[in-house]
Amino acid sequence: MMAKVQEGLFYTETHEWVRVEGRKAWIGVTDFAQHAMGDVVYVELPEVGRTVSKGDDFCVVESVKGANDVYAPLSGKVVEVNDALEDSPERVNEDAYGSWIAILELSDPSESAQLLTWEAYRTFVAETERKEG
Amino acid sequence: MNRLEPVSFDTSVPGRRGCVLPPLDVAEKAVASLLPGEMLRREPACLPELSEVDVVRHFTRLSQKNFAVDEGFYPLGSCTMKYNPKCNEDAARLPGFALAHPLQGAEFSQGALRLMYELTEMLTEITGMAGVSLQPAAGAHGELTGIMIIRAYHRHRGDEKRTKILIPDTAHGTNPASAALAGYDVVEVASDRRGNVDLDALREAMDDRVAGIMLTNPNTLGLFEETITDVADIVHGKGGLLYYDGANFNAILGKVRPGDMGFDVIHLNLHKSFSTPHGGGGPGSGPVGVGETLLPFLPVPLVRKCGDRYEFDEDRPLSVGKVRSFYGNFGVLVRAYAYILSMGAEGLREVAHNAVLNANYLMALLKERFLLPYDRTCKHEFVLSGKRQHDSGGVSTLDMAKALMDYGFHPPTIYFPLVVEEAMMIEPTETEGKETLDVFAKALCSIADEAEKNPEGVKTAPHSTFVARPDETAAARKPVLRWRREE
Amino acid sequence: MRYIPNTEEQRAAMLDVLGFSDEEELFGDIPESLLFSRSLKLPPAMSEMEMLTHLGALAASNAHAGEKACFLGAGMYDHFIPAVVNHMALRQEFYTSYTPYQPELSQGTLQAIFEFQSMICALTGMDVSNASMYDGASAAAEAAFLAGGTTKRSDVLVSRSVHPETRRVLATYLPLRGMRLVECDIEDGVTNLGDLKEKISGETAAILVQQPNFFGCLEDLASLGAVVKESGALFVVSANPIALALLEPPSSFGADIVVGEGQPLGNPLSFGGPGFGFFAVREKYMRKLPGRVVGKTTDREGKPCFVLTLQAREQHIRREKATSNICSNQNLNVLMATVYMSLLGPQGLREVAEQSLQKAHVARESLCAEGGFSPLFGAPFFNEFALKSPKPVERLNRHLLTEGFLGGYDLSLAYPEYPGGWLVAVTEKRTREEIERFAVCAGRCGE
Repeated sequence: MMAKVQEGLFYTETHEWVRVEGRKAWIGVTDFAQHAMGDVVYVELPEVGRTVSKGDDFCVVESVKGANDVYAPLSGKVVEVNDALEDSPERVNEDAYGSWIAILELSDPSESAQLLTWEAYRTFVAETERKEG
Repeated sequence: MNRLEPVSFDTSVPGRRGCVLPPLDVAEKAVASLLPGEMLRREPACLPELSEVDVVRHFTRLSQKNFAVDEGFYPLGSCTMKYNPKCNEDAARLPGFALAHPLQGAEFSQGALRLMYELTEMLTEITGMAGVSLQPAAGAHGELTGIMIIRAYHRHRGDEKRTKILIPDTAHGTNPASAALAGYDVVEVASDRRGNVDLDALREAMDDRVAGIMLTNPNTLGLFEETITDVADIVHGKGGLLYYDGANFNAILGKVRPGDMGFDVIHLNLHKSFSTPHGGGGPGSGPVGVGETLLPFLPVPLVRKCGDRYEFDEDRPLSVGKVRSFYGNFGVLVRAYAYILSMGAEGLREVAHNAVLNANYLMALLKERFLLPYDRTCKHEFVLSGKRQHDSGGVSTLDMAKALMDYGFHPPTIYFPLVVEEAMMIEPTETEGKETLDVFAKALCSIADEAEKNPEGVKTAPHSTFVARPDETAAARKPVLRWRREE
Repeated sequence: MRYIPNTEEQRAAMLDVLGFSDEEELFGDIPESLLFSRSLKLPPAMSEMEMLTHLGALAASNAHAGEKACFLGAGMYDHFIPAVVNHMALRQEFYTSYTPYQPELSQGTLQAIFEFQSMICALTGMDVSNASMYDGASAAAEAAFLAGGTTKRSDVLVSRSVHPETRRVLATYLPLRGMRLVECDIEDGVTNLGDLKEKISGETAAILVQQPNFFGCLEDLASLGAVVKESGALFVVSANPIALALLEPPSSFGADIVVGEGQPLGNPLSFGGPGFGFFAVREKYMRKLPGRVVGKTTDREGKPCFVLTLQAREQHIRREKATSNICSNQNLNVLMATVYMSLLGPQGLREVAEQSLQKAHVARESLCAEGGFSPLFGAPFFNEFALKSPKPVERLNRHLLTEGFLGGYDLSLAYPEYPGGWLVAVTEKRTREEIERFAVCAGRCGE
């Protein structure tokens, strides 16, 4: 079964998606990630105001199977978090691309050039799924 | 027991009492004259009000909702669910043990100290180590203590650069958690095709920044690490230490000793190898043993013998300190001591022989029907994979585990170790007879048959238990962790 | 071999299936140089009768609270334990089962833990309790780690009126995570508020006090709580659970975490263990709780039932990123506490606390009147009090033992500044006659 990949977003190999608008970036976990995690039971949102560097683990998504780190795809400051996930973590399963976790104000927007395009991520996911049978 | 037992709070009747004290026999003063009013409770604590009969029935009924070793076969891998001798329970309840106060003084606790001293000596002999501390309260607590000792040893030598601990990919989750809690970075080492630590991977990972390696031997695949002497040479060669996780010690009692294999620090689980009961999740006991050079770092106090008297030895300046209050789970120590006395040297060897014979026999009965990823002589346990059943009919290992309940067995450990897909880890222990193994193997094979013919039946198991497949997602999303009146 | 059922014939038949002729072949994977060639040097195996006789003799050589009237406390207390407690703990379904990982086969253990968690919340006033830790001291250490992780600060400010064993365990644990133990002075038997304020810094992660404290004195939690509140640190209270039946719960004074030694709740002294540590927090720390927790849910038919929950951060799943490395709880001890609290109920538990309080006050008066003892501190106290003894405490206790008493704790062992300090505990079990005779014997010692 092929996990959904949404056109127009950027991605990471650790299965985060990013929507970049100017200096702001919306961040969430992909459909592949939510599928692998299983039922999400809790999203530990990052602190607003926190500065993160690309690659830092900046929040945790818990499922019944385990607690999974979410890595910052880009560097910047957390300016807003999606409080709705606190009460309804299941939204991550229902609509991974509609459930952003945090908005970053980017310190270096040029970093996004290093992210995967949606086509590249689609190939990456297909390959991963093939390997895992 | 197939009926709902209400939470005790819901059956509370105001005014009921299950225990009545004798009337106060000293002159009573107003409580408010003894304690400042603002410190006193404004409302009584919300506890259930029950008669003695209510309490006895409630907990008896609750007990009947458990499966236990005394009821039947409980082949949980790496948990060593062996029989817990009744006489050991009586021994631990002797008033001189159960009612002794930890601070009454060594002079008036000579029986307790002698027991601790002799148990230490026995465990030292059984493991081939130079000394043992009985203080850690459980296996994971022993691991943490052992890693603290490794840390203290390196620091004492002025070697501050060792920041990593190596752990094989087959290890119990407590190993990396204990190493991390002690401040180390965990580096995972792969295992090879025979299920041993991959020596090339080990050589590559081992350098002068590694404090040590944590190993379980036999490992969690139930396999003896055949190249253990090479592992020891590689790790020692770079100045690291070897830690032995005693979870699987039952397999090698009296056959091979961690001290002789080159281990520097070990822990034992008295609640596994030495038959003390698991109690539904504790209390356990996780004594730590060390080689000669690490003796100064053991937790305090130890018990020493001076002439014909026993005393606490607190004066150990290099000790890692205390890891819990007082001397450990003493009541558990009494049971383990009683067990070793009952078994003797020959008896302990027989434990290993029968545990290993039972596991290999059961493995032979099952390996035709299930995928056996590592097909070689096992020790006290073995790991099957449910992948064949999963791939053909979509029946998972979890489903088959639940189906075993309908045959009157406790399921084995499942989905562990992580290196085996759809893992089923089976440890029969020495306290089961051949006929139990035959019936269990037959049950598991029938489940495999059913998984092919009628997968839905297995996927919806268990069918005989009062509750089935609780909703764990709901439990974690909206946790209800205590009783509330409005419910 | 009475615990090993296989007969010689069965063993031979099993070996035959394996294609082996000798059991030693089962150990062929162990390098020969490692095989243990001699026999372990252990005492010869004993029959049940011999073993029980031997252990009976060892036990009989210990002094114990069953034959001496116990006035010794210092963290472990000789309360009355109703017979039902032991009978329930001896139900084989409870004590010979494992951790409740398969909920269908362990609803009994799971529900008992849920009831325990509810009772601990009731006593402490906290929102969430775990299924227990090893003991009160290691629970305090885990509380310090939780505070360090939450505040990202390094210091744990601990009053010197906290149990010395707890402070020693903290001193062992804290450096592992780069944290520091800072001790705060005492004044007249309680935490010195001025010194506490002075030692609070931007690095203070937690402030830990004990209620009643090691000297039996009651800390002024209201004032302490107010100070902690301004510091940004977490307020950790280590409490005696019996006292909490009588005292306003720590939650009312701003406690964030309440821990403590659970032994007084229906568990025997057992030479210091096993007891259990309890650990309860405010709701906002729920998902940072170390150890096991049981939650209520429903099964596939909608029947109410119980499961281990919030496990995602536990060691068996999260491995090196786990909240704690703890795996077991002290489950059977927790069961005993739950049965005990169910029997006593709110009234009974309060009476245990009140009788201990009343009797301790009478005992202090008698000792001061009869024997030249004087109170060491003026602060209000619960079931334990510190005296200044005019005679060497070791000699005093030795004398009392011959008179049938376990005497008080020699305070100078942990507090050199109190030579002759004697810490006496009195529970509801002590009778007026015992208290009177204890005072007389203590007074006469050395005459």
